[in-house]
Amino acid sequence: MTETTLSDELDDARALEQRSERAAAYADGPDGHDHHATNTGISNPKLAMWVFLGSECLLFGGLISTFLLYKHNNQAGGPTPHELYDIELTSISSFVLLMSSLTMVLAVSAIQRGEHSRLRLWLATTAILGATFIAGQVYEFQVFVKEGLGFTTNAAGSAFFALTGFHGVHVSLGIVMLLSALVLSLAGRIPQARAEAVEIVGLYWHFVDVVWVLIFTVVYLIP
Amino acid sequence: MTTTTPPTGPLALPSGEEPRRNPLGAFARPTATAGWRSWMTSVDHKRIGIMYGAASLFFLLIGGFEALLIRVQLAQPDGQLLSADAYNQIYTMHGTTMIFLVVMPIGAAFMNYLIPLQIGARDVAFPRLNALSFWTFMGGGIVLNSSWLLGGGADGGWFNYAPNNGVVFSPSHGIDFWNMGLLITGIASLVGAINLIVTCLNLRAPGMTFFKMPVFTWMGLVTQFLLLFAIPVLTAAQFLLLFDRLFGARFFDTSAGADPLLWEHLFWIFGHPEVYIMILPAFGVISEIMPTFSRKPIFGYPFMIFSGIAIGFMGWGVWAHHMFASGVGPLSVAAFSVSTMFIAVPTGVKIFNWLATMWGGRLKFSAPMLYSVGLVTMFTIGGLSGVTHAVAASDTQQTDTYYIVAHFHYVLFGGALFGFIGGWYFWWPKVFGYVLNDRVGKVNFWILLIGFNLTFGPMHILGLQGMPRRIYSYRDGYGFNLWNFVSTVGAFIIAVSFLIFFWNIVRSRRAHVRSGATMVADPWDARSLEWSVPSPTPAHNFDVVPTIRRLDDFWHRKYQEDAGGKLVRVATSEEVAQPGNGEGVHLPSPSYWPLVLSAGFPFVAWGLIFNLWLCLVGGILVVAAIYGWVLEPSTAPEAHRGSDDHDPDDHPAPTDDGAAATPEEAALVD
Ligand code: HEM
Ligand SMILES: [Cu+2]
Repeated sequence: MTETTLSDELDDARALEQRSERAAAYADGPDGHDHHATNTGISNPKLAMWVFLGSECLLFGGLISTFLLYKHNNQAGGPTPHELYDIELTSISSFVLLMSSLTMVLAVSAIQRGEHSRLRLWLATTAILGATFIAGQVYEFQVFVKEGLGFTTNAAGSAFFALTGFHGVHVSLGIVMLLSALVLSLAGRIPQARAEAVEIVGLYWHFVDVVWVLIFTVVYLIP
Repeated sequence: MTTTTPPTGPLALPSGEEPRRNPLGAFARPTATAGWRSWMTSVDHKRIGIMYGAASLFFLLIGGFEALLIRVQLAQPDGQLLSADAYNQIYTMHGTTMIFLVVMPIGAAFMNYLIPLQIGARDVAFPRLNALSFWTFMGGGIVLNSSWLLGGGADGGWFNYAPNNGVVFSPSHGIDFWNMGLLITGIASLVGAINLIVTCLNLRAPGMTFFKMPVFTWMGLVTQFLLLFAIPVLTAAQFLLLFDRLFGARFFDTSAGADPLLWEHLFWIFGHPEVYIMILPAFGVISEIMPTFSRKPIFGYPFMIFSGIAIGFMGWGVWAHHMFASGVGPLSVAAFSVSTMFIAVPTGVKIFNWLATMWGGRLKFSAPMLYSVGLVTMFTIGGLSGVTHAVAASDTQQTDTYYIVAHFHYVLFGGALFGFIGGWYFWWPKVFGYVLNDRVGKVNFWILLIGFNLTFGPMHILGLQGMPRRIYSYRDGYGFNLWNFVSTVGAFIIAVSFLIFFWNIVRSRRAHVRSGATMVADPWDARSLEWSVPSPTPAHNFDVVPTIRRLDDFWHRKYQEDAGGKLVRVATSEEVAQPGNGEGVHLPSPSYWPLVLSAGFPFVAWGLIFNLWLCLVGGILVVAAIYGWVLEPSTAPEAHRGSDDHDPDDHPAPTDDGAAATPEEAALVD
């Protein structure tokens, strides 16, 4: 719908066509997917989530740049994160988080097929995998602190905890969303026709996972 | 989980039936449509636009008062009105207020009011989120200004460079108020941006393709994208600052080896696009006014759009021109110098398009048009002095002198604010149902123009003479006396011009009431859709959602080309305007929750500064409001008509047509 057409007739024809399409969409009412007729064909909430995630990229961009700037900076004393990494542990918890994207996909496809108990199973699994990741992060933070690297120890520590902590908060919010979806489903408020609600939570969840892949690479893999 | 299942279960709720009620009753939607409560709970994009406008005028008074204090202090050498410390706070808060609480929200006021109308939508995509963004903005403004009562304002300049923004150099809480106030207004901008982007992409009337959208809506859309990507960068920087100041992190602690340029980079990656966030909506405003008062279509519509988009993109590549004097290295300086020159090109394109729009037109210099022409000339002056900053060699001489102060006031005041004032005069009848007196408007314009040039013109000279910016006082005998005095006189003339504006509002309203006339829909014989609906705009916007065939469709329904290619009038405005009773149009009803939710944010901020228990209050408000928001029943039996962000349960599910729920779903409801 983005092209300009110079001929008015063509425009007229297209406009009328669109008008009748949209009129039909309005008149039909329930179309099985229960959203408004929109210009893009993507529902408002889903588009809003995409747009929001676009801005999140910049937030993480700022934090990742900060980490890159400071990762070896321990002029205030103390160790740097690089000296403390337990790469095996983090690899495992990263793997766990990636698997949760898979279970999320399964949850979405379950509800799209109307399989409610499967939906709940996969939502719960995803939440548990997410929580496992968070547990790993809490454990890692606590080890770091014990080894002498706290949030305020040096610039590298501040940058490390801020970046991974922000990501952890995002995962935790995602878990809250998953659990809310689970509760709503148990209350019977997620019929198949509202599969999109789960899909939107899924979008957020995948985004958080993808960001972790980036963070894992930047923070843990690149020396 | 509160289930409030009617006998048949929520899934079988037939459309048209009473919406689901919550046992707590508290979740019932407010219904008042008049009185102050109806404003507090309104989710109507037009009312929210008006409230944004009113709030920004209020903050303009505060920011203007601060400006006058600055100018009185500097009127003569050795000014005694303010201490150095108070001066630092006042210019910092003046700049911050003007940018974040005046110019940005005036833009938001116009965009909220006009974008849905210009694209033929009944409301924005998420009306309650729209209310949330306004009230959150107010919360941020309150936190920012509460600093005056709670120990003093921020004192590091509106950009609060590190390490001056750290506790070592700024031990009072001023910068914490600044930091958290702007974090909160950032949430508001982000929510608003998402909302308006989805609105523009999804809710255009049938036939309203992207390249039939009015230029104002286009500039609004580009602005929202800029906000969407710029705000989070500032947010990131502000979180780092918050951690530093409140929790002892080391991001900007130079004694611990931190890099002070980190703040500058993050700040200006936000800050330069911010300049376009402020100016593009004003460009949009005059792109509607100029064609109307030239009686010609906008010249080079696609160029207008593409130059706007180009500005949007290029705005990201030039931020370091704010840092030529910061020691970023010769290569960066050269690169950013060149990239900055390039961004003058699309801006120049716009200026020439406006001139070409006027060229050969039947010009009518009513007040809105005067302000538009004022914008073009003043902005051009500001743009030219801007080019002299792009040249790094001259910038290193000018930076941190009054030459810069002159430059950005020509751009932001002579540019953005002039455009917006023109917009007020232009859209006032549409919004409030009466025309502002044009003669007073013209007087208002000339006084403002004179005062403006007297205030900021001499600052160029002062700057080139070497008067530094951000000094609270200067000695006699430096040669600064005369022009500073002139500048202060000018500032008071500006103040007078605003008083005239306020007086005009009152006076015109009185005259209108006395005459008893009803306002016509289309007083200027204008071009875009909002003029096809009655003035003031009815709550439901359009009786019938219009179908669009071409750019300026409304205009073309009034005028057509005859055989000789000459434009002739074929219909009066009244004939093509919509009558307006709006029967049967469903609109989302008001809601308490946006207000409650945004009331939580200031408490979190104050709590972080003074007492963590206050954070608990804020947290409870936020969580309770989210809960209420989600559970709030909708009043929409046919939610698929029009737009609403209410509970999707009210969207007719497949079972709504009376068919029984599937056994599986029925089983879920117990
Ligand atoms: C009555 C009109 C105004 C007057 C007399 C005025 C005057 C001034 C003066 C004298 C300064 C320099 C303070 C210093 O560096 O010591 C200043 C700074 C500033 N003004 Fe205005 N101003 C006015 C309106 C505006 C408007 C409409 C804006 C719109 C955005 C604005 C934005 C700023 C900013 C961003 C600063 C920089 C503050 C800083 O350095 O932190 N001003 N103003
Ligand atoms: Cu800039």
